[in-house]
Amino acid sequence: MNWKERLARWGIKRSPWVYHVNTGACNNCDIEILDVLCPRFDAERFGIKLVGTPRHADVLLVSGPVTRHTEQPLRDAYEATPKPCAVVAFGACGCSSGIFKDGLNVNGTVDRVIREEDPEAIITYVPGCPPRPEAIISAAVKTLEAL
Amino acid sequence: MATDWYMYLLYFLIFPGFIFSLLVGLLAVWIDRKVTARIQWRVGPPLLQPVYDLVKLIGKEVLLPVGAQPLVFLFAPLVGLAGAVLAAFLLGSVNFLQSSFVGDLIVLVYLLFLPSLAIIIGGSASGNPISAIGSSREMKLILAYELPLALAVITVIINAGFTLNLNNIVAGPGAASVSGFLALLVTLICVQAKLAVVPFDIPEAETEIMEGPLVEYSGLPLAIFKTMEALLLYILPLYVITLFLGGLGEGWWMLLGVLKYVLLLVIIILIKNTNPRLRIDQAVNFFWTKVTALALIAAGLAALGEIYGVSWL
Repeated sequence: MNWKERLARWGIKRSPWVYHVNTGACNNCDIEILDVLCPRFDAERFGIKLVGTPRHADVLLVSGPVTRHTEQPLRDAYEATPKPCAVVAFGACGCSSGIFKDGLNVNGTVDRVIREEDPEAIITYVPGCPPRPEAIISAAVKTLEAL
Repeated sequence: MATDWYMYLLYFLIFPGFIFSLLVGLLAVWIDRKVTARIQWRVGPPLLQPVYDLVKLIGKEVLLPVGAQPLVFLFAPLVGLAGAVLAAFLLGSVNFLQSSFVGDLIVLVYLLFLPSLAIIIGGSASGNPISAIGSSREMKLILAYELPLALAVITVIINAGFTLNLNNIVAGPGAASVSGFLALLVTLICVQAKLAVVPFDIPEAETEIMEGPLVEYSGLPLAIFKTMEALLLYILPLYVITLFLGGLGEGWWMLLGVLKYVLLLVIIILIKNTNPRLRIDQAVNFFWTKVTALALIAAGLAALGEIYGVSWL
């Protein structure tokens, strides 16, 4: 690991910028993500910030089973994210495709798609339908520890 | 004033120049985020948060988009940073070292234009339709606010007795007359647009065009743009203080100067947090009719006061 990557990993633990990718989620997880940014939990205490483009992101937060239409955009988003970065598979659907597992337009789980792009990607899983805000913050801590 | 070249280099790089203004700018960014958080009843980020952000961005990979023009894409942030640092140095040397030259006001007005120009060039060079939209909006916004801003500067020049020297302007009446006060109001509105914060954050509109011109930037170039924005948060309130509020002062009066700076910064943040975003046509309309009219009235009153010798006009 060279000095630059070490610098980035030191910084990401203190200011993880999150880009939210919806790969066909039912919007339930997305509402719960916004709850974490609200005054009650205030994720900005830890430097967590939602950004609008994967170019600025350090963490890709992927919610939803990967449908046929969103598989390529997910690959593109991962490719557009500057490394080092982490991926969070969010909710029951993100972890395992959930109840949509055998759906005719579902192409498979988040980790399968990301692993095909980059076998050494850092992926964490947050189960729940939807996960509670406490679980999300705990997952964020674990993700950053893994970096 | 020392005349050795290395002293000038020290002035430029350390005290009123780069390092000092960067530290104040990062502190201003933290104040911005903290006050915003307190207004929204949140706790807000820790003191070193802007430093963490910069260090992280420096360490991250730099990606070049496929359709970009690499040379322009990578040099645009440097142009913007150079303009911001020079402006900070100019204002700093007027306020801390009491040194200035004839015409530095005009140099300052031009230097303040460089960061916006860098954003336009960088956005256009990144080959992304969204950043192209952002660049075009930034261009329209500049066309909108530069006229009233220049008229306010003319008002200040007339009030201070036709001088282009910043030291004389600091000693001049500033906002202590009707025309000066109107010009201060106009400048405050224009500063809001120059910083590209709400209600004039049209070029960067995160919720609609995802930070506009910066959409394709990552790693070090993005860090340079963020540094530039931090510097602007130091420069523009200082610009208002220098032109209208009698400068930062000397000795113990410096404490009052710091108070002025923090007050202006908090006013900017409060306006930012209590207003919705305008559309670009609404913003241009607003600047070209209401604000320009106000600035014209201010310039006219200042000229009348000068002709008839009425000091309060």
